[in-house]
Amino acid sequence: MNGEALDFPILSMLVFMPVAGAVIITLLSKRRPEYMKLVAAVSSVATGAMSIWLTAEFNGHESGFQFVSKHSWIEQWGISWHLGVDGISLFLILLTGVLFPLAILGIDPHNDDPAKNKPYLAWLLLLEAGVMGSFMSLDLFLFFVFFEIVLVPMYFLIGGWGYEGRVQAATKFFLYTMIGSAFMLVSIMATVFIASRNGVGHVTFDLVEIAEHAEFAASTGRWLFFGFAVAFAVKVPIFPLHTWLPDAHTQAPTAGSVVLAGVMLKLGTYGLLRFGLYLFPEASLWSRHLWLSLAVIGIIYGAIAATMQKDLKRLVAYSSVAHLGFIVLGIFAVTSQSITGAVMQMVNHGVSTGALFLLVGMIYERRHTRQIADLKGIQSVAPIFAAAFMIVMLSSIGVPGLNGFVGEYLILIGSFMSARWYVVVASTGVILAALYLLWAYQRVFHGEPDEANKTFAELKLKEAAVLLPFIAVIVFAGVYPKPILERIEPAVDALITHVEDKTGYESPQPAAVATISEEGE
Amino acid sequence: MLAQDDFFLAPGIEWFHLGPVIALVSGALVLLVVGALTPRWPRGLYAYVTALTAAVAGGLAVFNWNDITDDGVSTLVGGALAFDTFAQMITITVCAATLLVALVTDDELRRAGKDGPEVYALFLIAATGAVVMGSANDLILLFLGLETLSLALYVLAASDRERPTSQEAGIKYFVLGGFASAFFLYGIALIYGGTQSTNIGEIIGSFQTSVLLDGKDTLVLAGIALLIVGLGFKVAAVPFHMWTPDVYQGAPTNVTAFMASVGKAGAFAAMLRVLVIALPFHRDDWRPAIWVLAVLSLVIGSVLAVVQTDVKRMLAYSSISHAGFILVGVEAAGHNAGELAPGDGMPSVLTYLLLYSVLTVGSFAVVSLVARNNGGDTSLDAFKGLAQRRPTIALALTVFLLAQAGVPLTSGFIAKWGVIQAAVEEESYAIAIIAMVAAVVAAFLYLRIMVSTWLETGAESTEREAVPFSTGVAVFSAAAFTLLIGVWPGWLLDAAESVTTYAK
Repeated sequence: MNGEALDFPILSMLVFMPVAGAVIITLLSKRRPEYMKLVAAVSSVATGAMSIWLTAEFNGHESGFQFVSKHSWIEQWGISWHLGVDGISLFLILLTGVLFPLAILGIDPHNDDPAKNKPYLAWLLLLEAGVMGSFMSLDLFLFFVFFEIVLVPMYFLIGGWGYEGRVQAATKFFLYTMIGSAFMLVSIMATVFIASRNGVGHVTFDLVEIAEHAEFAASTGRWLFFGFAVAFAVKVPIFPLHTWLPDAHTQAPTAGSVVLAGVMLKLGTYGLLRFGLYLFPEASLWSRHLWLSLAVIGIIYGAIAATMQKDLKRLVAYSSVAHLGFIVLGIFAVTSQSITGAVMQMVNHGVSTGALFLLVGMIYERRHTRQIADLKGIQSVAPIFAAAFMIVMLSSIGVPGLNGFVGEYLILIGSFMSARWYVVVASTGVILAALYLLWAYQRVFHGEPDEANKTFAELKLKEAAVLLPFIAVIVFAGVYPKPILERIEPAVDALITHVEDKTGYESPQPAAVATISEEGE
Repeated sequence: MLAQDDFFLAPGIEWFHLGPVIALVSGALVLLVVGALTPRWPRGLYAYVTALTAAVAGGLAVFNWNDITDDGVSTLVGGALAFDTFAQMITITVCAATLLVALVTDDELRRAGKDGPEVYALFLIAATGAVVMGSANDLILLFLGLETLSLALYVLAASDRERPTSQEAGIKYFVLGGFASAFFLYGIALIYGGTQSTNIGEIIGSFQTSVLLDGKDTLVLAGIALLIVGLGFKVAAVPFHMWTPDVYQGAPTNVTAFMASVGKAGAFAAMLRVLVIALPFHRDDWRPAIWVLAVLSLVIGSVLAVVQTDVKRMLAYSSISHAGFILVGVEAAGHNAGELAPGDGMPSVLTYLLLYSVLTVGSFAVVSLVARNNGGDTSLDAFKGLAQRRPTIALALTVFLLAQAGVPLTSGFIAKWGVIQAAVEEESYAIAIIAMVAAVVAAFLYLRIMVSTWLETGAESTEREAVPFSTGVAVFSAAAFTLLIGVWPGWLLDAAESVTTYAK
């Protein structure tokens, strides 16, 4: 079960499998597009299978890092290839592993030239490797490498296969994220050197070693945390650094949007947990009111902005800003429930928003428009399609019985104990989410279809096959979240204990609220 | 000094240890003399002789390196040349760049029907100058190296006799470069006035032993100021950068590649020798100046690069920004200059020079391929649709550009990481953050070139770029090196660490 007992370096394989696929695709002849698709399918499905296996083998009662693989990489700088999984990253890895094969197999890039598929598939696979690596890295250098390298495939995916404003959107995305990383890079180095003089004793980029042994003076830790936080705040994105997101999401090809919303935004929230709260507990707590305020502003602002969008894809993009606000709220409320809920909500948002982008992509394929005003009465011509859209949308709203509810509920109830008034404001965001999504649904699906929408095709078998896993997860996690929550909880509790040990902060204990795992039953 | 001695002892000459310089000079002489006396050599032979010479010189430097690891550092020819890994690393950098440039030049000249030995001989002579700059342990010798390099570069810049811009570049470079050399020489004279010597070991000694009199200190400080002006010009740091865009754009592309790699390597080696090694006692005086030069170069280089429309000019400005990065490393080296644990500044600078030299030659090689196809057009438009016509070349260009932007898993990332780490280690946080933000601004420029290459379609009529063999080899090996170091940099960093044990 544990990392030591396992000879097979599964985490490294999760990174190298997609890379191998990408390399093979690059070497294949341009004239055989079917082989490319096959290789992409094999490597992404194999990666997905490994991530499922990893989840099954994961020891849910243990709070530390499992399946650890550690090899020295650049000895001169104290850098090692150090990967590990805990309850916080486990489901993000699973999400990545499952989302990519669906995006690769289920969505065709909208171009007529099959030769152009070659780089498309290769970039997607490289993106998968980068995202996987980011979620598993336990070395600051390694994390930075992965965190930064994902920009390149995403840049080319948006720029090469996106819609009309793609070049500008891709450039904006690249530069925004890179400016955040610029601060993080300096912060990483400063962290390492300062830590080596304060507690660690030697120069190492090892996250665990630094987090456990380093003693930062309060002001130092705050500056260092700030450097990290800027990078993650751009990536999340936290208001007011979100302006790259609507453009990137709208202009990206469907697979790009699915991946971007599904897993890449989580790099930011995951980073805030792993490299914010874990590495700089004092600074995180010190600045939490800033984060909580920005999170709540993001929730309300994202919801209002989403309500006003005329473009369906842009609407979903702004809804991401609101949803990610909830996750940030949960993280910086720093209670066991709120963080468990935040981790759960990262996965939920990936599933439901990924599926929403998928559905919007299907609408675009049929109608070549994303304008809400151009769509009308689709429900009467494509009822199954409308039903699928309905389920996904309800999950995004957070209706009880679907996955979105579990995460949002945990965040709100957990945060209520430590950040009461923020929760009061944030709760209105739940209502606003219902407003903008239902209103959009009403405009697109209800009514009598006009001429252009009369021929709207029903859900095809292939499309249904892609959507089915999403809907299955949405329902399963909504009805029976226990297996997920009980794997997340030990790691979250360990994180909170770590924060408490380092800072003397006392996380409010829920006296009357039953613990989560019991609730699920 | 000699005249005062009663009897003159000829210095012992360690011939084998001088191998790289001798090889480069012999190669140049062979090309000039034999090339002048024989009819035109068969296709490509001039270039291959040049490449071979550079390879041999580089190989000899590796042998020297092993000797140094075994026997420690020393000085050669009566203390005139330093025999340390610092010198060998610069030699290897210069030779690698010369080798690659020679391969690119081959196709460039033969296609234009201008094949001949002169350009290659000048390359080797310039390389000799750069190597001497890197190994000089005497300011006069350093000046000789500088002039050898510069004079060859003036001629090279003007070597395309058919293009007036090339002539203009040559003249401009010559006039401004002459000024800079004069500054540099006057700086040496003042240092001599203050310390009674031009030998770096004796300069250091004079600070250690003599009591500083007021007037002497002024002389040294004025000398440092003039030296920084001269060196700042050679490394193309803002505000001494004015010549760079015009000369880079006007000179033939292969010469531009040579200037950006060998020229920079030599100049920065000289800067380290003069400031960090010879004048550590004044490190608190010259370090702020370097700080200002670094910040100006970073910011102005990056910002001006973005607004250009000509790729050669863009790369010229980006080379200014890279100079800023290297200066960040020099600044970091300035914190502990002359101490037993001098920090990571010097290794990071030398690593940056090696990696950047390969990168920049690779980039300019692709530019020269594209330009040749378009009748010398190096604007962004000429790059449109390159990915459709030549996907492999476009991929190589992308690797170079991403590396210049400092994206991980490329050598550029390792280079940038090195200098920033050196700066952060010395707690120069401000300059580190300015450098990284400037890198983001510069990234926009590389993205613009990539957009043209990948995302825009060229005119239907554009023919596929011809990729001749030797340029292909140069581009491929540069790209392979870029990726290899990106993934597996340990051995190079290991080697670079030893440069802090320098001879003096």
